[in-house]
Amino acid sequence: MRLNGAQMVLRCLEAEGVEVVFGYPGGAVLTLYDEIYKKGLRHILTRHEQGAAHAADGYARASGKTGVVIATSGPGATNLVTGIANAYMDSIPLVAITGQVARPGIGTDAFQEADITGITLPITKHNYLVTKLEELPRIFKEAFHIAGTGRKGPVLIDLPKDVQIEEGDFAYPQRVELSTYRPVYEGHAGQISRAATAIRKAKKPVIYSGGGVVSSGASAELLEFSKYTGIPVTTTLTGLGSIPSAYTYYLGMPGMHGTYAANHALSNADLIIAVGARFDDRVTGKVDAFAVHAQVIHIDIDPAEIGKNVAAAIPIVGDVKLVLQELLKKAKPPEIEEWQNQVLAWKKERPLRFHQPPGGPVKPQFVISELYRLTGGDAIVTTDVGQHQMWAAQYYPLEKPRTFISSGGLGTMGFGFPAAIGAQVAFPGRTVLCIAGDGSFQMNSQELATAVCHKLPVKVAIINNQYLGMVRQWQEFFYGGRYAHSCLAGSPDFVKLAEAYGAAGMRASTVEEVPRVIAAALETEGPVVMDFHVDPQENVLPMVAPNTSIVEMIGGDAL
Amino acid sequence: MKRVLAILVEDRPGVLTRVSGLFSRRGYNIQNIAVGRTIEPGISRMTVTVDADRVTVEQIVKQLNKLVNVLKVSDLTEESSVGRELMLIKVKAEPEKRGDIQQLVATFRAKIIDVSPDSMIVEVTGDENKLQAFMLMMQEFGIKEIAATGNVALLRGGRTTREARN
Ligand SMILES: Cc1ncc(C[n+]2csc(CCOP(=O)(O)OP(=O)(O)O)c2C)c(N)n1
Ligand SMILES: [Mg+2]
Repeated sequence: MRLNGAQMVLRCLEAEGVEVVFGYPGGAVLTLYDEIYKKGLRHILTRHEQGAAHAADGYARASGKTGVVIATSGPGATNLVTGIANAYMDSIPLVAITGQVARPGIGTDAFQEADITGITLPITKHNYLVTKLEELPRIFKEAFHIAGTGRKGPVLIDLPKDVQIEEGDFAYPQRVELSTYRPVYEGHAGQISRAATAIRKAKKPVIYSGGGVVSSGASAELLEFSKYTGIPVTTTLTGLGSIPSAYTYYLGMPGMHGTYAANHALSNADLIIAVGARFDDRVTGKVDAFAVHAQVIHIDIDPAEIGKNVAAAIPIVGDVKLVLQELLKKAKPPEIEEWQNQVLAWKKERPLRFHQPPGGPVKPQFVISELYRLTGGDAIVTTDVGQHQMWAAQYYPLEKPRTFISSGGLGTMGFGFPAAIGAQVAFPGRTVLCIAGDGSFQMNSQELATAVCHKLPVKVAIINNQYLGMVRQWQEFFYGGRYAHSCLAGSPDFVKLAEAYGAAGMRASTVEEVPRVIAAALETEGPVVMDFHVDPQENVLPMVAPNTSIVEMIGGDAL
Repeated sequence: MKRVLAILVEDRPGVLTRVSGLFSRRGYNIQNIAVGRTIEPGISRMTVTVDADRVTVEQIVKQLNKLVNVLKVSDLTEESSVGRELMLIKVKAEPEKRGDIQQLVATFRAKIIDVSPDSMIVEVTGDENKLQAFMLMMQEFGIKEIAATGNVALLRGGRTTREARN
């Protein structure tokens, strides 16, 4: 069958089961958009390409499917860069399709030409420039395969304008033939046996799990493994939700703003079972001082993560779900009652705590707790980046994976709101709650138009401390209280801003107003912006200063 | 320590950038690099010499293996291998010095490939030490310019790089 390149793209997307794309048109993708129009493919028009990339990312994180984002050449493509880098750092499956100038123009500094494959080389799992129409179907097949398998990640396809117009024969390949790309899924049986032996002998074991558990859909296996062996679990920011917060042996998040129990468990452990986690510096603190007594079993689908930051005595390359299943068959519960009691004592004696003075300024942690209480803990939560993100991680307990969506590796302000839009597209019937910072929200607030136009009833809770709070906190702790350009005076009236876009806006400035506003917002049908005026001085505690040991916790003792 | 990696890659546009970009991005230092063909159509061979310890090289190899266009990475330093570089040296050669140069060229089993009234081009192959030694000798006459290929290497014995253990 003869099709033009743009028609082929639509057929490829159909073959991959793509139900919705996020994007923004322009000169180099007009032919593609014409086909989107004719085919009636669901397309979410954002107000900025960065918003589209984050929305596709949020869609992928919430649904487990591969997100698709489209932008035009030049500025459209470069506007995707932050979104692509964000997905890359957290291993989120994304296919980005960019228009490119027509082939004869490439390399001539043609109007709206940017070398987007060159620019995104270090922030994509792989990328392609389609130079021949006959390669288009194979490239799409490979792109979706690479994005969604192994350690997932973003793949970019750069599609010259004249390739979209050219006609040719179309057949979508049934299989990918990639001799150079063969992720290993099954763990090495001998290594798994060695791990089982180490587990049986351990006196102070801890499971340290991350985003890989969410990505591989291994939450049930992880919980079963922990229950069977009695080994306590701590999960990283991107792993939150993969273990129910209420589980007895769940210790919360480790690291810079981790719990006392998690950090002390890791530091005193004789065995760390790392499952789909990568020993990020926000978790380990000073690496030389990290878990010095522990032997490490490291399970990960990406061999390059094993031994990268922390040496692993027992490396196991494989899909964590399959490896955990095998490990469950071989493992025996170790005798660790004393350790369990110790860990539970830490958890009980040093919980995360805050104090909300009855008539006093609204504490941000109180707002998060109320959001939890009034949503019944049933929302998909997205966050921006900063203090509010850490408070959300600390004070919004979770039950299920894919319900906490946050920019971990890149720490991208402005991620939360478009990601919430993407999550809402994936789950129109669920409550999607974006816990935003007043600074972060302003980085992508233009997407209010997207939420309103597409009737996406996202509930945004701005934790408005009138500061780039996390920056202010570091300046308070480490820069003598010199608040260099971290005050956000001059921000808009967020209630009016919401209303200007046709969304609802609500404000709470007192303790009493907080639950009332939340209840009203949850009852409102469309998108709502809640503006919570909170104590600007509040700090995220406990805190481990960068590059110190994770047991040196500022505010850890006071808790 | 100096280590030699043999990297078999698909011969696609941008592959060299992907590989060299990975080194610079992750802070690994390339000492020299040679790219050329193999007996398999569509497959190129890159030989990269890096200065790094064993743990770092392990990490480099793992990261390289993640590049979709990379077929096989082998740390030749871990096994017995032979490596050679080729160098062209343009050396000052007044008529009265030519005899001395010719003698050194013979000793090093090098070759004179061009002669002009006051200079010669000498071709020499060998490992890094030999080329270093030869250059030192030529410096006495005055080196005007050099061009070198970078190191290429193969495993000793019958095994090919594809069959290498690491
Ligand atoms: C795009 C981007 N720019 C800058 C930063 C650095 N940064 C990290 S947290 C933060 C403050 C965020 O302020 P806000 O959104 O108001 O959240 P708060 O910390 O006040 O809760 C900044 C500027 C970042 N993470 N991302
Ligand atoms: Mg703020």
